[in-house]
Amino acid sequence: MNTKVTIAGVELKNPVMTGSGTFGSGMEYGEFVDLNQLGAVVTKGVANVPWPGNPTPRVTEVYGGMLNAIGLQNPGIDVFMERDIPFLKQYDTKIIVNVCGKSVEDYVEVVEKLGDSKDVAMLEINVSCPNVKEGAIAFGQKADALYNITSELKKHAKQPIIMKLSPNVTDITEMARAAEAAGADALSLINTITGMKIDIHRRKFALANKTGGMSGPAIKPVAVRMVYQTAQAVKIPIIGMGGIATAEDAIEFILAGATAVSVGAMNFVNPYTTVEVVKGIEDYMRRYNVENLTDLIGAVQ
Amino acid sequence: MKEKVTALVISQQEIAENIFDMWIETKLAAEAHPGQFIGVFPKNKSTILPRPISICEVNEEKTALRIVYRIAGQGTKEFSSYTAGDKVDILGILGNGFPLEAGKGKKTFLMGGGIGVPPILQLAKELDAEKQVVVGYRDNNLFLKEDLDKYASVYVATEDGSVGTKGNVMDAIAANALDAEVIYACGPMPMLRAIKKYAEEKGIKAYISLEEHMACGVGACLGCVVKTKEVDHHSHVNNARICTDGPVFDAEEVNI
Repeated sequence: MNTKVTIAGVELKNPVMTGSGTFGSGMEYGEFVDLNQLGAVVTKGVANVPWPGNPTPRVTEVYGGMLNAIGLQNPGIDVFMERDIPFLKQYDTKIIVNVCGKSVEDYVEVVEKLGDSKDVAMLEINVSCPNVKEGAIAFGQKADALYNITSELKKHAKQPIIMKLSPNVTDITEMARAAEAAGADALSLINTITGMKIDIHRRKFALANKTGGMSGPAIKPVAVRMVYQTAQAVKIPIIGMGGIATAEDAIEFILAGATAVSVGAMNFVNPYTTVEVVKGIEDYMRRYNVENLTDLIGAVQ
Repeated sequence: MKEKVTALVISQQEIAENIFDMWIETKLAAEAHPGQFIGVFPKNKSTILPRPISICEVNEEKTALRIVYRIAGQGTKEFSSYTAGDKVDILGILGNGFPLEAGKGKKTFLMGGGIGVPPILQLAKELDAEKQVVVGYRDNNLFLKEDLDKYASVYVATEDGSVGTKGNVMDAIAANALDAEVIYACGPMPMLRAIKKYAEEKGIKAYISLEEHMACGVGACLGCVVKTKEVDHHSHVNNARICTDGPVFDAEEVNI
């Protein structure tokens, strides 16, 4: 049985990764799971300088999921490279660094600094965070802006780049094609779906930011649909995510066309989810006599 | 070492309106310190996140935890329906807890307000100091007061004036002409702000337990932060994580 998958020439031991922002840089969940068992760890978004993030409350629960408006609080690339990469490189897993910025120059600065690190396998470009007012999502909601930033980053990046797509668009395939045409090596989707919750007793927004990104099991059908549509539209590999709680969920994404999958909000619910998904995929492959995981990619009929 | 485990409900009762007192058997009790908390998971899958609930008491054998919580929404409402023999998933032990060394041998206030009273009980049991418990309630339903009486002298304030000093915990300190060298506190934000100010004026240390909406409970999601005086060690942006750097902070260090 072979669970290996390859994305942009990078071989992963299995297709299971972590959703950016739900797993820190692995330190916190390293207490619960063996990071060596993961295909890759995708880090919390990192910018060129420290970002303080949004005021609290930043998180709230909704039916079958949650809303967050963290606002990409992060220590900046210098601290990240001194602390987080040395931690992660102790493990036999691929390191994918999620990169955020407010301007093209911000992204370029981070991408260039990471270019010097041999420990970083790939870069995931966050152009789809709904919680940051300037930049970020602006690059991910217009096809021409996405094309421009992707092609600019491709000029500077030494590692393959994964463009993380927003579901908050009219037609995700248009965005996916733009990223592919600009040279993106892979796509990851979906980022969170913009939502809102109101506390009716206090007549106030549940989040200080008013809106937040929805994640969790409730969004899975939307995510599976978008992964399927995107897989029909582009040739580059897709990392699928959105509400994955079990191996069954992960396999749904793979059958829809994802080469790899990420566990996001469910880490908060069950900190062992990632390794349980790894094991569950193996069980599924045994049950249905699947020799190579790659045989399942896009195999829905 | 933090773990998610299944605990067994030993007993549960309503001790005040919408306030429940539950004992659960769990191996996590062996590691529990006053001021730490656990995440409690509802079984209903529409409510996915762990509910952070402070540890009220640990039994002598360190095999069981007591949590006293208020029904605040669907999750805690579900917990309140549990009876002996039911199982419940919990995540723990979380947070830093109260620094016992800081008050050792000193004259201390252990202050709790409303649903902030529960963690004061285990603190009163373990703290080796001259202990004055000052607790504030809404009315004459003084939940946990009898337990606290066993470990310290207890001063009460009630909002409606039905028992003790009419007003809040600060009014009770003034009315009884109390003083202390170190303060430990858990309660609503206005109370903690008043304690921070009081401690600054008196030039004494106050250790306050903060609350915020949480998701992961383990320091990964950065949902529950508090503004800090100094740059925090995690994100370097003056935002400490309440779930892991706290929930107990030196009042001087946080901007609340």
